[in-house]
Amino acid sequence: MATKGKPPKPEELSKIDYTPPKRGWMDTPVVFKPGMYCHGTRAKYLEAVGMPNARDWSPAEEDWKLPPEWKEIVLKGIKERLQKYRTFHVFMDICVRCGACADKCHFFLGGGDPKNMPVLRAELLRSVYRKYFTTAGKFFGKAAGARELTEDVLKELWYYYFQCTECRRCSLFCPYGIDQAEITIIGRELLNLLGLNLDWIMGPVANSYRTGNHLGLEPHTIKANIEFMIDDIETITGIRVETTFNRKGAEILFVAPSGDLFGVPGNYVAMGELMLFHEIGLDYTWSTLACEGGNFGFFTSMEMAKKLYYKIYSEAKRLGVKWILGGECGHQWRLMNQYLDTWWGPADFLEEPVSPITGTKFENAKGSKVVHITEFTADLIRHGKLKLDPSRNDHLRVTFHDSCNTSRAMGIFEEPRYIIKNVCNHFYEMPESTIREKTFCCGSGSGLNAGENIELRMRGGFPRANAVKYVKEKFGVNMLANICAIDRAALPTLMDYWNPGVGVCGVHELVGNALVMKGEIERTLDLRGEPLPGKGGTD
Amino acid sequence: MPYIEFEGKKIEVDEDGYVANLDDWSEGLAVYMAQKDGITLTDAHWEVINFLRNYYEKYQIAPMIKILVKEIGKVMGPEKGNTKYLYELFPDGPAKQACRYAGLPKPTGCV
Repeated sequence: MATKGKPPKPEELSKIDYTPPKRGWMDTPVVFKPGMYCHGTRAKYLEAVGMPNARDWSPAEEDWKLPPEWKEIVLKGIKERLQKYRTFHVFMDICVRCGACADKCHFFLGGGDPKNMPVLRAELLRSVYRKYFTTAGKFFGKAAGARELTEDVLKELWYYYFQCTECRRCSLFCPYGIDQAEITIIGRELLNLLGLNLDWIMGPVANSYRTGNHLGLEPHTIKANIEFMIDDIETITGIRVETTFNRKGAEILFVAPSGDLFGVPGNYVAMGELMLFHEIGLDYTWSTLACEGGNFGFFTSMEMAKKLYYKIYSEAKRLGVKWILGGECGHQWRLMNQYLDTWWGPADFLEEPVSPITGTKFENAKGSKVVHITEFTADLIRHGKLKLDPSRNDHLRVTFHDSCNTSRAMGIFEEPRYIIKNVCNHFYEMPESTIREKTFCCGSGSGLNAGENIELRMRGGFPRANAVKYVKEKFGVNMLANICAIDRAALPTLMDYWNPGVGVCGVHELVGNALVMKGEIERTLDLRGEPLPGKGGTD
Repeated sequence: MPYIEFEGKKIEVDEDGYVANLDDWSEGLAVYMAQKDGITLTDAHWEVINFLRNYYEKYQIAPMIKILVKEIGKVMGPEKGNTKYLYELFPDGPAKQACRYAGLPKPTGCV
């Protein structure tokens, strides 16, 4: 959490101006507005992972300290990626600019800047592609939608490719299936060739390379934090749950986002998981190296994403587990569900995941051998393996925010809802056009959850917040559940800004509240240590 | 890199004002940083700052907010062992403002 920057008041920010500029987009220069972009990365983070052009720089300054041959580097980078990724080449060619995507982007809806229409965001790079890689563009230039790559064009790319959260909502509505996230990913890779990343992304990357997790938690810190949570669980339930670290021969390796081992409300998710695993007697272990489901390398380059993720399979192999259970993390699942198999798979040294409690085979995870925790828990409930008292969540009126990655990259829709409906008595859906595969982004994903870009985040999160406001006013919703650590970090700020009084929680916090454990004391506190209304606590 | 001028020295900080090198920190610097925010550091503030620094020395990261809350409750009395009290001391949030005065780097990632 960075400290600077206070956004304008909600009343002002919600007056969104959709009037396009008078001049064409190529003749409208980019203006860097404070609050709408992040700090540039420090040299030390780039040096830590051997990335090019390591130097301290600021996007607010005129001189970005680019290498003299920067243009050649970018053009060569585009060429290589056109050859390597067929999708990229196709996406550069096939857009007919129909505009179906234009009003699907949360940044455009919340900000009104036409360059945040996905079609135009892509066009920023596409115009450069045309100039240097198509015959029409070479000869007819601007008339063919082509333009020179200049420093101003580069800065414009930087500004808008870090105003995209790679959420892929636009791609859902594209008749050609053009995936703007893929274009943004390539755009950011090109910028990274020149050392033009964000401090908020590169800090976690450097930490993850050193310790295995974004926060830089060292093994003894991970252990101490989890033991601290176990103390709290004992206070609440009277039960001392047990867990193990780096235990060889465990059946399952559990990999959660490190945010859950550090901040709130993530801590309450980890507590719910610790309680659940204890109650069902799961034979699992944490790894203090593979202790991060998230991967900010994915917001840097494909190579960096691979580099940071190798620890997960290598730890699974070293510890000799049968399969991997993954926690409530968002982009972890885009990677695990869509990339792992291609990078290193199939993971033949692991076994096809089978729930040791229910015997259910998770055939969808046959290749990667990684099961999502909501699939696992929903299956336990379905087989009647958990004793639940949903009335312990009666003080909560809950709605569910589908995370972009678990929904659009994986199709996890029903499992979290099934769990919530079994552990809560009051569940309400937001409008259909804002949930499941059409979910609106939190506005802070893909490494944009910094502090200095707070106006951007509040604008980008506006459509999501607006849908929450609807269920808040209609049903009295006071809790926004989700299954992503960036959500848990970003949504509290968004709710405080647009919908004060609405809290944020992970699904397994709700599970932990409702879970009836063998030998527990009468529960008077929820996992947050707050008195449970009507349960011996105060009303 | 930006810097703070303090006692005739240039102290390197990041763009949000966090001290870049832990060794550049001094009690006087914490007082000076707080003054600039219009805050006079009391014994209660120092309790938090000293705990943060000791914890950092052992764990190389700021403590979880839950740990900080519990510790302050232990030392200052149970009625003060809550987030609300910490926000009274550090209006910008203990995770941010208190870490900054204590010379610790800001946590990054999904936080």
